[in-house]
Amino acid sequence: MTEKKTLKRFASVFLASSLIVGALAGCSSNEGTSSTGGSSSSAGESSDVIKIGANLELSGAVASYGSSIKDGAELAIEEINAAGGIDGKQIEFVPVDNKSESAEATNAAIKLATQDKVTAMIAPATSGNAIATAQIANQYKIPTVTASGTAPNVTENEDGTINDFVFRTCFIDPFQGIVAANFASNELEAKNVAIYADNASDYAKGLAASFKEQIEANGGTVVAEEAYVADDTDFKSTLTRIKSANPDFIFIPGYYEEVGLIVKQARELGIEAPLMGADGWDSPTLVELAGAEALNNTFITNHYSSEDPEETIQGFVEAFNAKFSESPNAFHALGYDTVFFIKDAIERAGSTDGEAIQKALAETENLSLITGTFSVDEKHNPVKSATVLEYVDGVQEFNSKVNP
Amino acid sequence: MEWIQQLVNGISLGSIYALIALGYTMVYGIIKLINFAHGDVFMLGAFIGFYAIARWEIGFFPALIIAMALCAIIGVVIERVAYKRLRNATRIAALITAIGVSLLIENVVIYFRGASPEAYPEVLPETSINILGVNISSISILILAVTIVLMILLQFIVHKTKIGKAMRAVSLDPDAARLMGINVDNTISATFAIGSALAGAAGVIFGVYYTRIEPLMGVLPGLKAFIAAVFGGIGSIPGAMVGGLSLGVVETVVSALGFSLWRDAAAFVILILILILKPSGIFGKNTREKV
Repeated sequence: MTEKKTLKRFASVFLASSLIVGALAGCSSNEGTSSTGGSSSSAGESSDVIKIGANLELSGAVASYGSSIKDGAELAIEEINAAGGIDGKQIEFVPVDNKSESAEATNAAIKLATQDKVTAMIAPATSGNAIATAQIANQYKIPTVTASGTAPNVTENEDGTINDFVFRTCFIDPFQGIVAANFASNELEAKNVAIYADNASDYAKGLAASFKEQIEANGGTVVAEEAYVADDTDFKSTLTRIKSANPDFIFIPGYYEEVGLIVKQARELGIEAPLMGADGWDSPTLVELAGAEALNNTFITNHYSSEDPEETIQGFVEAFNAKFSESPNAFHALGYDTVFFIKDAIERAGSTDGEAIQKALAETENLSLITGTFSVDEKHNPVKSATVLEYVDGVQEFNSKVNP
Repeated sequence: MEWIQQLVNGISLGSIYALIALGYTMVYGIIKLINFAHGDVFMLGAFIGFYAIARWEIGFFPALIIAMALCAIIGVVIERVAYKRLRNATRIAALITAIGVSLLIENVVIYFRGASPEAYPEVLPETSINILGVNISSISILILAVTIVLMILLQFIVHKTKIGKAMRAVSLDPDAARLMGINVDNTISATFAIGSALAGAAGVIFGVYYTRIEPLMGVLPGLKAFIAAVFGGIGSIPGAMVGGLSLGVVETVVSALGFSLWRDAAAFVILILILILKPSGIFGKNTREKV
């Protein structure tokens, strides 16, 4: 090889890599400006304003969760401000993008606490990112509420201590397992059940464990207990095994990407039994993957249903529809509720002092919101009802409400 | 009945592995390169088929043919751009380039359309045929039929046509083949074209059968197909078919016994055992069949 040729090749490799680096740098600088753009609106300091920060997944892997919560929260703040604000003070919303990464979530929490000096924060949508902000919340004594972080260890540490300043608007994972088990025993009269859980997620394992405990307490038998790993595509062999155990109900906690395929393949194998999952199923992609017909006779537990006939819920659905021209999903509703949860506490505390609000949040009782009426228990978890939805020809239909 | 059902499941899975494994084995046979970008050509095939069906609203067979044709072109381009200039370089250099091409393809696709999965539209009427308690979906029968037809076609090309003869000659000895007047470069390109077309076909079949496609979907099936090719004897075409089908059945049996979490591990244990006990694979001795 001649030297000239080597040089040429080196030059082309260098050029290519610098192009790639340039492109990457371009991406990150864009994101940088968008997040600072959000905070720059909060420059004008004034005591007539209550600042509520939101540390959310606005880009990255689970951007749809974070953006939904942001939309819901914005609607709530708009309504509160239009009605005169909290004790005469307007709410200023300070959203920050954590890029769906836990390190960024911590950074965003520090920024909200130290630069923006917010009164309260909405914590990230996923449990892992929400946990990453807990320490900052405790350290700066800023009441922090996650709308949708359902893992128990968001509010309760492994050693049993409670994160004083961290709360949530959603119910916790084990509760959904219990609701599903009771629904199977009472409504569907299932005796022999199978469990097919995602082995790679704590969420699914937690649900499977609480479901199993409750169904056995109800007198049911678990005839098959199988697991899959995320990103699998072929579930037929395990489903055939489950089919031969002849269950009359199958519980499948997991996320829609795999569940869609599991439901499709189960029906192809002639499994007619009702299938049930939890809020991890809730995505339009599920219907595309499984097909509307295969999804008949499947149920999920969820935080709320836009089909719920209750008046307040229909009012919310209408208002949301008018602003965003789409039907609100559970994340929208939880984001909306989170703001009202914080507002209620600030009003009862009568001040914007972090510790006073924290105390008020912990003492919340019978607060009526879109996703249910709840009281906060000693572990900072709301005790509230869950909604059971049924898929009918690819559309979620309200089935029933289950109280804890 | 459960076991017959499991066998049907295994053969459906295995025929996809076999189609991908053929491309690995053909390329290895001719230039001794493990083309790690092959799994990503499979992914591209799935996406080409998806866009053809969803955007242009054409049927399964036209989409299959478009995906195969475009993948053949992509395969040739990859070979001409990335591998041709490395033909006399060390094998490790070519191997690392293959991994680089693989990452490049994955990330270019993610860059342009994001990493979220896509659901294949229903192009084929879905009915389950119940034979003695065994449910066989019409799609799996069709897939098996398409796979068998493609394999027969491949055997025909390799053994009965001029280009097939050239491929076998180049595989035996490229220098001697060149002396005999065979255009070695074109023959290698043809091998890449055929192998990539098969991967493209496997991609469309995978999409129709399993519904979910995403930019990183080629990684694991690609590795499994590589195991299948080694299992059957890398470089051997019948070996790739037998290896693919066996691997599909083995994985299914492992799940059927209740060890579903060990399924991927079982495939890699097979790879390790084969490499220790019989590195040439089941059909490895059959050097005259090499392509």
